[in-house]
Amino acid sequence: MSDTLMTIHLKVWRQDAPTQPGKFVQYTVPGVNPHMSFLEMFDLLNEQLSAKGEIPVEFDNDCREGICGSCSMVINGMPHGPQRGTAACQLHMRHFKDGDHVVVEPWRAAAFPMIRDLVVDRTSLDRIIAAGGYISTNTGAPPDANSLPVSKDDSDRAFDYAACIGCGACVAACPNASASLFTAAKIGHLALLPQGAPERKRRVINMVEQMEKEGFGDCSNHGECEAACPKEISISAIAMMRREYVKAVVGG
Amino acid sequence: MKEPNKLLSALTSQVGRKLLTGITGVLLVLFVISHLSGNLALLRSDSAPFNQYTQTLHSFGMLLIIVEIGLGLLILLHAYLGIAIMLRKRAARKQGYDVVASKGGPSRQSLSSRTMAVTGIILLIFLVIHIVQMRFGPNISQGYSTIINGQEVRDLHRLVLEVFSNIWWVAFYVGVMMMLGFHLRHGIWSALQSLAAMKPRYSTAIYSVAFLLAVLLAVGFLILPIWIYINHRGATV
Ligand code: FES
Repeated sequence: MSDTLMTIHLKVWRQDAPTQPGKFVQYTVPGVNPHMSFLEMFDLLNEQLSAKGEIPVEFDNDCREGICGSCSMVINGMPHGPQRGTAACQLHMRHFKDGDHVVVEPWRAAAFPMIRDLVVDRTSLDRIIAAGGYISTNTGAPPDANSLPVSKDDSDRAFDYAACIGCGACVAACPNASASLFTAAKIGHLALLPQGAPERKRRVINMVEQMEKEGFGDCSNHGECEAACPKEISISAIAMMRREYVKAVVGG
Repeated sequence: MKEPNKLLSALTSQVGRKLLTGITGVLLVLFVISHLSGNLALLRSDSAPFNQYTQTLHSFGMLLIIVEIGLGLLILLHAYLGIAIMLRKRAARKQGYDVVASKGGPSRQSLSSRTMAVTGIILLIFLVIHIVQMRFGPNISQGYSTIINGQEVRDLHRLVLEVFSNIWWVAFYVGVMMMLGFHLRHGIWSALQSLAAMKPRYSTAIYSVAFLLAVLLAVGFLILPIWIYINHRGATV
């Protein structure tokens, strides 16, 4: 792979405050190393802006290793960019070409209010978790090993669903701004494990209710969420959430 | 959760609405399949088989009317749920994106999936026209009568032939049936995804089967007006 530096033309959403109108601003970023991540390219842009005395672009980030879920950017119309199974912080500039034009926008959803530039408030997802995405367990000495048998199939699926990092890309990608994949991944993860059994029924009812209260849209089975998910969580989770819901209502 | 108001709130929840959309959708697909299989009698050059078929349906009397009303309610519920999804979607993303692209892979997003509300509303308007034109069109008293098994019955076959000897009606029906194909292309898959907890490995197969069924139904319907136009043009009226 070549280390030739690239020039990237950005069109970035800038908005000073939720109450002020935002607009797209064009920036040309020279000196982009192909080994840089997409966020490092933004660091470079911000250094260049600071040097010119302009206000840097605000964007959310923390771990920069694809596990915290805070880097939320819609890159050329796709949450986290064109690479599947990758968060924006792990998207490398080698996937772009010298001279490329890239449009960067924040997550767009009524349930994700704008804070500034590319940063939105995703606490609506936390409130869905607070509505039921937890288990009650005794603290104290750890239980004996193997005292709670879990089949390999179930533990694998539970792990697939537990891989959700709560980034909100599913919402950003959904044409309806639905949070179904996020909510379903949490419900599926806990429903598959014995530790989740005590609250199983009220969990699904309450989390589905909270998702609606937060103003997320309905699921239309577009499946775009699965494509956008940096952890590639399958929409089979959503099918499972519906089954869990029916079981909770009918059998409750 | 057994009290009726809790059941109602479950049915009107996001998951409940999706399940109802799927159930009503599947029932409507079953109706469309049976409607098409009956209408295939129009492919015969003789008018007797089709009139015989409609006569058999009408011999059910009250039962037929109950089924018709049931179907009407099914359609209204399905349309209401669909329009509610569309309105909620608008509220859930007030500001749209400058660029929208599909990430491909497992995405089932398509022109068909994005236009469900539009094709649905077109189908609803079509249904009103179709029912007024055929179900409540000219009857025995207007001279559209024929004799089946020694009994005077409505000659619906004649009406169908007359309608489809007009190229504009043919074009209209063909166009709407293509919309039906578009609606079912996403709809059949979506209903199955909503109702059956599919294993991911079946997903592609089911998506393909849904596509095939949508094409078969749309082509089956739109071939009828074209067939009639080609074979009966000038023979009637
Ligand atoms: S910064 Fe943590 S996932 Fe990207």
